[in-house]
Amino acid sequence: MKHARVAFEGAIHHATEADGKLRLADGRRLDETAVVWLPPVEPRTVFALGLNYADHARELAFKAPETPLVFLKGPNTIVGHRARTRRPADATFMHYECELAVVIGRTARDVPKERALEVVAGYTVANDYAVRDYLENYYRPNLRVKNRDGCTPLGPWLVDAADVPDPMDLRLRTLVNGTVTQEGHTRDMIFDVPTLIAYLSSFMTLAPGDVILTGTPEGLVDVKPGDEVATEIDGIGRLVNTIAPESPEAEQS
Amino acid sequence: MDTITRPPVQGLVYGTILNDRPSLERMGGALNQPPYGKPPQAPVLYIKPYNTHAGPGSTVRLPRGADRVDLGATLGIVIGAPATRLGEATALDAVAGYTVVLDLSLPSPSVYRPLVREKCFDGACPMGPAVVERAAVPDPSDLTVRTFVNGAEVAVRRLSDLVRPVPKLLADVTAFMTLNPGDVLLAGVALDLPQAGPGDRVAVEVAGIGRLEIALGLDTALEGDAR
Repeated sequence: MKHARVAFEGAIHHATEADGKLRLADGRRLDETAVVWLPPVEPRTVFALGLNYADHARELAFKAPETPLVFLKGPNTIVGHRARTRRPADATFMHYECELAVVIGRTARDVPKERALEVVAGYTVANDYAVRDYLENYYRPNLRVKNRDGCTPLGPWLVDAADVPDPMDLRLRTLVNGTVTQEGHTRDMIFDVPTLIAYLSSFMTLAPGDVILTGTPEGLVDVKPGDEVATEIDGIGRLVNTIAPESPEAEQS
Repeated sequence: MDTITRPPVQGLVYGTILNDRPSLERMGGALNQPPYGKPPQAPVLYIKPYNTHAGPGSTVRLPRGADRVDLGATLGIVIGAPATRLGEATALDAVAGYTVVLDLSLPSPSVYRPLVREKCFDGACPMGPAVVERAAVPDPSDLTVRTFVNGAEVAVRRLSDLVRPVPKLLADVTAFMTLNPGDVLLAGVALDLPQAGPGDRVAVEVAGIGRLEIALGLDTALEGDAR
């Protein structure tokens, strides 16, 4: 089953997918444009992976890491499907990153790799924008690049783990204004989903609502105000975001 | 038996390094060498997630294979109002109060990559014992932070050493990310820190704010126990 959180007529609802429409708990069926999409989970701890696809590591001129390059994100950065993400006025290179997001469903510590998928509630799509102008070599990627308000769209759906037979067999891609700019396959992750869960849970307790963004393949393109960025993962969802200018005045025009 | 108590705050914790003059002086010329290249421009931040939060009296177990931990004693700035793009002059209006924080971190010589295994093990962020309201602290830069191991004082730090004092830090952080009520921003953790290990009792005291005491233990988690 596919789950969403949406705002509709002044209230927040849990919705499920039914024949391409949203179905509210009371039975109402709505078009996807009739609601405001919220992130499908209210994330607790958000982990993200850097350089977790060999092609992307090469693209950035890094050799693949020997242990997972993990960084954390705050709730301020998460927004839902069809949101607008603001590009700072002084940015010269802001790029999307299409990523498989793993949502943890159980409290978990010291989970062996073979049993790691048992603690997964489901999967969704993330777009982990980065503003490269602000990269600094201290705790890189630093929070000014990766933890900006509204810069990590998540959604549209949380897809139950039971409906995803193999998270390592999924195609993902990004389209900017309808043109494919990034393509990859989750089998090319350097550290796969079970390995990441085993690694993180080896020193910390994972909890329901924790989210792991598993990294992105190559194909980074600068995106500008007005661009529509769709990050897609087959069987999981198509997450749409629009780039907006930073100044509030320009946003009103 | 649960050995982690609840801290007096509920939000997320954001830490800061290289926000004290002694640490920048200690880095010295390395700030201009690879992999760093140049001194930091924006505040250097990291996140202490919820699994690290602990309260007074906790026994914090070090991860397997770790026998020493850095004792990053500092001041926690507890946010009281939604804080976005604060101006330096009015930034303290968004502060509810202050608490004592002991940022535990496995020693690492490098600050190039984010430290997650080192900084995010369960219980690695003891805080408390209470939040002291802002009005009781005229100027956080006047505070002194003392660290004790088994009763002996091992470090004294005056927050007059901050590169970005609390209002400036709040302004520069909230320029790009919102802090929410209940979140805690650490005033800055130094690089040259005392250490302790399993069996030690650690206390951090900030006059006027409080005294936070914890104990360190060994990790007893069992392989394959998918709790």
